Amino acid sequence: MSRFEAMDGNTATAEAMRQVNPDVVAAYPITPQTSTVQTFSQFVADGEVDTEFIRVESEHSAMSACIGASAAGGRVMTATSANGLALMWEMVYIAASNRAPIVMTVVNRALSGPINIHCDHSDSMGTRDAGWIQLFGENPQEGYDNAIQAVRIAEHEDVLLPVMSMYDGFITSHGLERVQIEDDEAVRDFIGPFTAHDALLDVDNPVTYGPLDFYDFYMEHKRQQVEAMKYAKRVIPEVAADFEKHFGRRYGFFDEYRLDDAELALVVLSSTAGTARSVVDSLRAQGLKVGLLKPRVFRPFPAEELADALRDKIVVGVMDRSDSFGALGGPLFVELSAALKTYDVSAKMVDYVFGLGGRDTTPSQIESVFRDLAEMAETGEIKQLVTYLGVRE
Amino acid sequence: MVKLNAGWREIPIGGKIVDAGNAREYETGSWRATTPVVDQEECINCLLCWILCPDSSIDVKDEEMVGFHLRFCKGCGICAEICPVDAIEMVPETEPEE
Ligand code: SF4
Ligand code: SF4
Repeated sequence: MSRFEAMDGNTATAEAMRQVNPDVVAAYPITPQTSTVQTFSQFVADGEVDTEFIRVESEHSAMSACIGASAAGGRVMTATSANGLALMWEMVYIAASNRAPIVMTVVNRALSGPINIHCDHSDSMGTRDAGWIQLFGENPQEGYDNAIQAVRIAEHEDVLLPVMSMYDGFITSHGLERVQIEDDEAVRDFIGPFTAHDALLDVDNPVTYGPLDFYDFYMEHKRQQVEAMKYAKRVIPEVAADFEKHFGRRYGFFDEYRLDDAELALVVLSSTAGTARSVVDSLRAQGLKVGLLKPRVFRPFPAEELADALRDKIVVGVMDRSDSFGALGGPLFVELSAALKTYDVSAKMVDYVFGLGGRDTTPSQIESVFRDLAEMAETGEIKQLVTYLGVRE
Repeated sequence: MVKLNAGWREIPIGGKIVDAGNAREYETGSWRATTPVVDQEECINCLLCWILCPDSSIDVKDEEMVGFHLRFCKGCGICAEICPVDAIEMVPETEPEE
């Protein structure tokens, strides 16, 4: 039987890891991820899982150990945040190009410097080209659900790519919410047994991982990674559909809220979507045709589906919780702009960079964004392409 | 064995090599600019060259050094450098061997 509990995001993720019962977890503590693997290490100490927990001296070693364990033929999970992810960088790319189906929770936190432990998306956005599938969750429930689905997605034989599951540092990682934890057996039944591909421990079928790969084959291996991402776009909805069949909660590439007949759309990731939803309600009550789109899957980027969902909007406001210095705007804005242009969506687009380093984002700020969008819809003019929401001038 | 002109659909994913021992197919002998030549009279069969050759190109029979596998010897000269009795000489490829 499933049970309801008041849980923060990290505890819910540790529960998912306990239920998945991976062969190996290698991790290094970093705020605000720490309590995820700390809780999980207690499960290991108490004998509630069969996992080999590898304590390492850095995140670079954590990801290296994960890649080795995956190549050996194990089901592998880990978690990190911010500078921990940055320290893994080299190995993050190697995990993807080795086609290691590792599942890693990334509790979003601002990258130093200046040093900061609070939420923004600069950590995982920096790895958007590393070749990992990236899922963003709004709350502890989505963190739990995405971690479980990530196992199926990563291990699908047409995909075999690592998956990052994100949620907001402190807001989601440490905020208590009502979470439905599914029955252990039901989760294990959903993810199924692990099938290793070309395991190093299969001594009867020797295989070499990580050999030198020059101009004669490197490009073909990159082309394979592109194909795996295309397959992932097919597999992610399949896994979501099966998840809904098992557990009743529905997931897609993104989540729409009062978007159908909206003229002004706001696009925002993760926990801020919750705040935005209440603003949509209050502005709708005032007769403003506003709606919300919350992306869940950032890699593979569902460009065509997003374009279809935003096709008849007049103005689309994007909220980016990270910046791409020197670019047109934040990463979500740049990707979405390209998608809408490519698929002939004529909506005007503007970007709001917000919440950097954990800066609070209030309902009144989000309301001011919608008022901006309304003004732009009326005048047909883009007032300001990128606005830094809440920054002191 | 993966063919040299194989397309991306035909090769193992992740840069893995799934044919064991396929280094045998890679004839590094074509890299060679100088060729080792051994003076069997001088050689004391210490087998240091056999231990240190990076391409396993020292031919040994009945625990005696008998020559080189020239399909694989890339001419690095380590064997000549390491030989304690200077029994190996590196001869430029352009010069005819004795
Ligand atoms: S290192 Fe010199 S002496 Fe020793 S086995 Fe080789 S050729 Fe002979
Ligand atoms: S020259 Fe180098 S590769 Fe050739 S036999 Fe000597 S050590 Fe081996």
